[in-house]
Amino acid sequence: MKAEPIPAGVTPPTEACATCSVYRAANLKKLGVNMEQWDYMIALAGNPNTGKSTVFNALTGLRQHTGNWPGKTVTRAEGGFAYADKRYKIVDLPGTYSLLSTSPDEEIARDFILFGQPDVTVVVADASRLERNLNLVLQVLEITDRAVLCLNLMDEARRHGAVVDDRQLARDLGVPVVPTSARSGEGLPELLKVISDVAAGRVVCRPHRLTDEPPAIRHALNELVTKIRQMHPELPNARWVAMRLLGGDENLAEALRRGEIGGAAVNRPSNPAVA
Amino acid sequence: MPGDVHEHLVEAIYADAARIADRAVSRPGHQARPTLDRALDHVLTSRIWGFPIMLLLFALMFWLTIIGSNVPSGWIADLLVGKFWPLLRQAASGLPWWLSGLLVDGMYLSTAWVISVMLPPMAIFFPMFTLLEDFGYLPRVAFNLDRAFKKVGAHGKQSMSLMMGFGCNAAGVVAARIIDSPRERLIAIITNNFSLCNGRWPTQILIATLFIGSLVPAHWAGLVSAGAVTAVALLGIGFTLAVSWGLSRTVLRGEVSAFSLELPPYRPPRFWQTLYTSLIDRTVFVLWRAVVFAVPAGAAIWLSANLHVNGVTLAQFLMQYMDPVGVVLGLNGVILLAYIVAIPANEIVIPTVLMLTVLVTGNQGVGEGAGVMFELDSPEATKNLLQAGGWTLLTAVNLMLFSLLHNPCSTTIYTIYKETGSVKWTTVAALLPLVLGFAVTFGVATVWRFLG
Repeated sequence: MKAEPIPAGVTPPTEACATCSVYRAANLKKLGVNMEQWDYMIALAGNPNTGKSTVFNALTGLRQHTGNWPGKTVTRAEGGFAYADKRYKIVDLPGTYSLLSTSPDEEIARDFILFGQPDVTVVVADASRLERNLNLVLQVLEITDRAVLCLNLMDEARRHGAVVDDRQLARDLGVPVVPTSARSGEGLPELLKVISDVAAGRVVCRPHRLTDEPPAIRHALNELVTKIRQMHPELPNARWVAMRLLGGDENLAEALRRGEIGGAAVNRPSNPAVA
Repeated sequence: MPGDVHEHLVEAIYADAARIADRAVSRPGHQARPTLDRALDHVLTSRIWGFPIMLLLFALMFWLTIIGSNVPSGWIADLLVGKFWPLLRQAASGLPWWLSGLLVDGMYLSTAWVISVMLPPMAIFFPMFTLLEDFGYLPRVAFNLDRAFKKVGAHGKQSMSLMMGFGCNAAGVVAARIIDSPRERLIAIITNNFSLCNGRWPTQILIATLFIGSLVPAHWAGLVSAGAVTAVALLGIGFTLAVSWGLSRTVLRGEVSAFSLELPPYRPPRFWQTLYTSLIDRTVFVLWRAVVFAVPAGAAIWLSANLHVNGVTLAQFLMQYMDPVGVVLGLNGVILLAYIVAIPANEIVIPTVLMLTVLVTGNQGVGEGAGVMFELDSPEATKNLLQAGGWTLLTAVNLMLFSLLHNPCSTTIYTIYKETGSVKWTTVAALLPLVLGFAVTFGVATVWRFLG
């Protein structure tokens, strides 16, 4: 998966650790649905059929049915795990190709990331279909500050003869990138580590954001941004919300009006955004 | 103007995605998709071979289920009904007759029947279905059906919710969320009940084995029964298309949306894990649901057989009322009553039918502490019991049709209400299949009697 050759006779420590039950038992505790108290909330987003549910199951020990077809998960599934003394709640969002249209599954995913304010959004992407998957990744990066790209199905990408430079990708996206093959458990210890780092703020993301805008709307956009910042200071990217409102996203406008910001974050009494 | 901003945004994202992906991905060997995947797709989604292969695969699964579940079903029935039941009756002989009747002849017997009738076919069928699903075959079926859905004015993605419905209709109804247009989503929700669900497969398989397979010499029996079940499943797809066509031409008129269907790569299923999850998620889940509903249903049936109204039992009283209607439909009062009892779960239709038939055939031994009159420890014995209850080939055929075409279970009805938020459409979705079921069984019975 990586370009660097590994010296003969030396196994990379992470792989050895990943297969060692002592290492895993000490660090990852699968909590299933038992998660009354948690320190961080993780959202799992991604295109359909990229293995989100497989990652979800691997982390929580739950056995949500996974199937080899797009559209398997249409509701949110929730579970929990503990890693290095912290408890995590993890929400498996429906798989979507974008967050820009108005189908119910896309709305569930978008509203949760935007208004549920997860501590980390893990975007699961299919390494063998990177370009199409990046469309969603970029949209997620527009609406959150803390994201991790889980570059899944690396085994399949290899089978298809593709080499993915995950470091280059991490530089361009401004968020950590972890290559995985969730089906066989490859890369999951690294993913856990990175999730905990981003959740605790040990790693700071500088997500890729769109910068240019049509000159004709620049004035209107700036005004709207100021207003949104006043009304909803907790939104990570007021500019994106403003662009979407100017783009005629009725549902988002409605969600803002209803103050769904509190609604999606109901399970989080400590969240100051809940009025 | 809003459109411009939206376009601008989408274009900017696509351009950036392309640029970033291009920098990160290299293809030294420059291979496209593995040739095996392509060759498989060429055959499985071919215009000529797509459907025949689909039929063969489904028929093969039913055939394996039918020939595989006969023997274990007999063992379980022998154990639970043949051995434990008399023992339990003996053990309970000290109790008042009504209590032992309620517990042993009502609750225990219905549960024992649920397990012996349903466990073996489910334990064979579900893992096979899940393996096929994990391999990536279901999207190919959806692809094959897509053209047909477009032709009838429905959304191509409806083929996905239809496939989900083959597992559970409530899940299929929820899966219709992937359809954006409210009109097409409603069509998908209303027609989902025409996909045979978990709870109905065992009914189909059992009745086909007992009545249709036995029409031909023994070595053909498995194949012919499998063919019959396949035909009913196909008929379901036919009804889905026909009703979708009808709805999109009348009350739910509108444009057909375009969409792209992604064919995922074939993935070798992880055999043991699939076996395990399908046993836990599907088999045990469905069985548990059946047992949970069978226990109170067994109690209710026993009570209705022992509470007397004007000299006859409540069950006889109800069945006398329903029998004329049932007979006109080529069914009988027992089946109609069983379908009312089974509204919470289709799974308990067969056990309910068996219990009620025991009562109707005048074997008052049940519940009165008298001798055991039926040892339903083999499929043959079950068939003899049903024939004693007046069953013919017509009854069996129409039961299979009625099992396909009747109201959804209460869980699905509630899910439809939650998804549509409309009492009107929930009512339509609940009653439309029932009306169709009455019409079809009546039609078949009339033609049958006319010819025979």
